[in-house]
Amino acid sequence: MEFELGEEHRLVQATVREWATSRLLPIAAEMDRTGRYPPELIRELGDLRLTGVFIPEAYGGGGMDTISYCIVIEEIARAEAALAAVLSVQNSLDCYPIFAFGTEAQRRRYLPELARGRKIGCYCLTEPTSGSDAASLRTTARDDGDHWVLDGTKIFVTNGVEAEILIVYARTEPGETGSRGISAFIAEKGDPGLSVGKIERKLGIHASSTCEIVLDECRLPKDRLLGERDRGFHIAMATLDGGRIGIAAQALGIARAAMEDAIGYARERRQFGRPIAEFQATQWKIADMATRIQAGRLLTYRAAWMRDQGRRHTREASMAKLFASETAMWAATQAVQIYGGYGYIQDYPVERHFRDAKITEIYEGTSEIQRMVIARHVLGAS
Amino acid sequence: MHVVVCVKQVPDTEAPIRIRPDGQGVDESGLTFVMNYYDEHAVEEAIRIKERAGGTVTLIAAGPARAAEALRAGLAMGADQAIHIQDPALDGLDHLALARVLTAAIASVPYDLVLCGKLATDDNAAVIGPALAEFLDLPQATAVTRLELGDGTATAHREVEGGVEVLEISLPAVVTVERNINEPRYPSLPGIMRAKRTPITVKTIADLGVDLGGSGAARVRLLGLAPPPARPPGRMLEGEPAEVVRELVRLLREEARVL
Repeated sequence: MEFELGEEHRLVQATVREWATSRLLPIAAEMDRTGRYPPELIRELGDLRLTGVFIPEAYGGGGMDTISYCIVIEEIARAEAALAAVLSVQNSLDCYPIFAFGTEAQRRRYLPELARGRKIGCYCLTEPTSGSDAASLRTTARDDGDHWVLDGTKIFVTNGVEAEILIVYARTEPGETGSRGISAFIAEKGDPGLSVGKIERKLGIHASSTCEIVLDECRLPKDRLLGERDRGFHIAMATLDGGRIGIAAQALGIARAAMEDAIGYARERRQFGRPIAEFQATQWKIADMATRIQAGRLLTYRAAWMRDQGRRHTREASMAKLFASETAMWAATQAVQIYGGYGYIQDYPVERHFRDAKITEIYEGTSEIQRMVIARHVLGAS
Repeated sequence: MHVVVCVKQVPDTEAPIRIRPDGQGVDESGLTFVMNYYDEHAVEEAIRIKERAGGTVTLIAAGPARAAEALRAGLAMGADQAIHIQDPALDGLDHLALARVLTAAIASVPYDLVLCGKLATDDNAAVIGPALAEFLDLPQATAVTRLELGDGTATAHREVEGGVEVLEISLPAVVTVERNINEPRYPSLPGIMRAKRTPITVKTIADLGVDLGGSGAARVRLLGLAPPPARPPGRMLEGEPAEVVRELVRLLREEARVL
């Protein structure tokens, strides 16, 4: 058993940490305030291939493994969580399904631009009446000879405003309900009938966009079907297994940010004649944060390792995502508490970590859904 | 153009340094090591030369097993090959003897230009580059901020007191670089994977055919290391703003002598 990162993983960690510390951390508070990120950051990340970490070099990617992906997302989230969400969607929810389920022509058309960060991708699954119950989606795709015609509204689409390549799920068998008869499609910005709807204002991860994507008689050429017809739900779930590992890593980054900032503050802040880091009440909070973060990282790396081994990892991905996201929320809450009144003020970073952490318990499957998935695997099929 | 770059692995300048009880070195446990910052600029310059003019970039490092990480980092940036001189005898060498070892390693590969960082941040000696020039019998330019290569010659800019000195040197030559010569790139993921696949040639001092003599030819002996004196605690001035400012100005003028 190896509990140490290999040389190339340490080099990835050092590289991304240095990039994030010098390029991202100094503007993190401003990104949160303005709700934007400088677009050139995506180009820089693309030059390093962090926008396509596990896509083979032949398609313009980094050619690395899921462990590397976890390291990348954690280090980015440590500096600024919204850009980690952007990257996580790009890698897990766009690059991955196109690479894993796309035709050779689709891979060649879309992967180089996604993996090199020249175009942003998004993932359109959720609808106003279908969230956790993704299989109840109502968007339809009608066969119209040489085109598919999509109708429906997708919501909560991360990267939706900037996205030029969209993965869209729609029902191809109108008679079917539930997970059968759903197919995946690749849409492109500019496709007729495709538009950005309402742009959401969120509690946290302000710098990443979240919006509605409206499909109004949206016509897609026949070669935009991703994977087999009516097998889209399988693609959605397989994609989310990897996505959840990425969100676990993002949550670890936020938890680490909360802990590291709290440690810095606790050493400097003096009350009753000494730094508050000398009080046991503070020390125990920090000790619990460090322990939970370590446990979350081990769960996350193990899920990533199983994915790299080509083994089933649905349960492990859910466990990692559940534990890491609840750790992020808990650690951020403790960090605000350690800062006291200052923790509630926007001038200090833990207020941002507190708001950013919450989304990790919600998107790509709420904590309740993760527990459902885990229980199904532990108790046996229901 | 074949460029050789000498790189050194040093403790991260932000890492807290603890001196070993015997006073002959630093306690390495828990210490992070990185490529010397100046050397990163030398590697970057070499890769840019390769990208413009073709050729190869060879990295050379002398040091313990961990020094391979500095070589991997340089390979990941885009260098082609690396030589790691690993030998227990390295420990007792002074800078001049180390330069002899590096000279032999440089001489074992084709080169038109040897680049080094201006100095290493761990010992601030700035000896290796000039010593290599001496032993290789080459012209040198130190602390270079801009380097332009011509046909068999190079133009080197150096920042000197009150201006810029411009030198022309014939090639091959030894050039040590300043940090403002360029902005080193971050290694890309494919670069890191290529670095992982590139074998590092490991050589001992004997492999290089260097005979340092019985005493390891050390003409400088380390007597001891001591931490810098602790910084005195800051002083808080209290009172009405007007008197605090008056007092602050007085202290800055009379005690700190910065006004």
